Amino acid sequence: MHHTLEVENLRFTYPDGHPALFGVSLSIAPGEKVALVGPNGAGKSTLMLHLNGILQGDGNICVCGTPVKKETLGKVRAAVGLVFQHPDDQLFSPTVFEDVAFGPLHMGLPEAEVKRRVSKALASVGMGAYVDRVSHHLSMGEKKRIAIATVLSMDPEILALDEPTAGLDPRARRGLINLLRDLPQTILASTHDLHFVRDLFPRTIIMDGGRVVANGPTESILHDTALLEAHGLEKP
Amino acid sequence: MLHFNLADQYHRGSSLIHRLDPRIKILGSVLYILAATVLPPGSWVSFGLLFLGALAVSALSGLGWTFALKRSFVALPFALAAITLPFTVPGQPIFQIGGLALSAEGSIRFLSILVKSWLSVQVAIMLAVTTAFPDLLWGMRELRAPQVLVSIVGFMYRYLFVLADEALRLMRARAARSGAGAGKSGGSLLWQGRVAGGMVGNLTLRAFERSERIYDAMIARGFQGEIRTLTRPPMTDADRNALLFWMTYLAMILLIGFIF
Repeated sequence: MHHTLEVENLRFTYPDGHPALFGVSLSIAPGEKVALVGPNGAGKSTLMLHLNGILQGDGNICVCGTPVKKETLGKVRAAVGLVFQHPDDQLFSPTVFEDVAFGPLHMGLPEAEVKRRVSKALASVGMGAYVDRVSHHLSMGEKKRIAIATVLSMDPEILALDEPTAGLDPRARRGLINLLRDLPQTILASTHDLHFVRDLFPRTIIMDGGRVVANGPTESILHDTALLEAHGLEKP
Repeated sequence: MLHFNLADQYHRGSSLIHRLDPRIKILGSVLYILAATVLPPGSWVSFGLLFLGALAVSALSGLGWTFALKRSFVALPFALAAITLPFTVPGQPIFQIGGLALSAEGSIRFLSILVKSWLSVQVAIMLAVTTAFPDLLWGMRELRAPQVLVSIVGFMYRYLFVLADEALRLMRARAARSGAGAGKSGGSLLWQGRVAGGMVGNLTLRAFERSERIYDAMIARGFQGEIRTLTRPPMTDADRNALLFWMTYLAMILLIGFIF
């Protein structure tokens, strides 16, 4: 059985010479929900951008058994649903429908299938009634849900979420946690919200300074006060 | 949460005008504006008939006879760019201000430009209020407007509000730190200009960074340089008839304008 996500010795330096990743390795099994925590500048977002080839560093990444290379980008991007931190960056179309349809349309699916997927994706995030709305007039919580729907419509195997709870009020945050718990996809989420980590993710990976510094069951990592403090985190 | 509230121009409705195919509405508006533009100065009968057409569209849209009329005056100041015409076009002097003579020919030309722009604006307003913005974009794309141009208009519509929100936040942040001390407060004009300039630069940088993130979000969902959209139901006979009727009406007006 292959892993859903396999990253091996990934190194990356930004074009301006700023090094970001120093040999990151991790693997995630199908259906697993894993949290990625660490201070700002630890390389979490940089790692996320590698998962579907937006950034390409040295090292090996396999998504559902497919190595991430130039020739496989189409397949990889359909398999990894990347949800960006700011929904205003993710929702760039005039209406909610067009945003959710963007992925399936650009995968070249037939129109009937595109429409079916849009309704299914919006229904699964509880936003079925929002199909004709204009993104600008939505609340932060609604935008986050729709941002997730824009990748669910591509039917990905893995969801990569960048700071999904940032900017949400407690009720919207609780709703999002319940939504993510019910989704069948494998999830890798980068976050600073350790309560969220404790509620949802059985496994936690800590990154700091472009390296993986801890990788194990959330229970034991969140109890290791010394480890958490060494990497700028606070015990929830 | 700060929010820039620029109300959408579109007025939801189910009138005849609302239901017309967006392509027909765009074409009809462009033809109307073209007709108004090419009419010779002083074709008052034709202008009157054009005005009746604009009124009729406004009435048929279910928004009331005077809907477009009332909103069209915002554009009049722009027509003042032609204010010099009565003084510069040679002809029969009808009025003398100081050493300047107001010519009859020039005045007619100026008034005609005023009326033409005022009529065109009314039709453009009707197009915007009866057609949802995404439909307008789709219509432009279908009518073979350049892809890049349509995309720019689409992104501008989406992010104008986001940028305005950001500008509003910057302005609040400045206001919050512009307290009055014991001395002279407010700063010189030069200082204020420098702060405003810095804000514009700041906004430009933010917009630039945002555009990169949006592009990432697009390629993450399979974008390869070409925007794809769903096809829509084709034009109906009613749409074609409406366009035909509109063209006949405009042709008639042109004929009257050039003959009389």
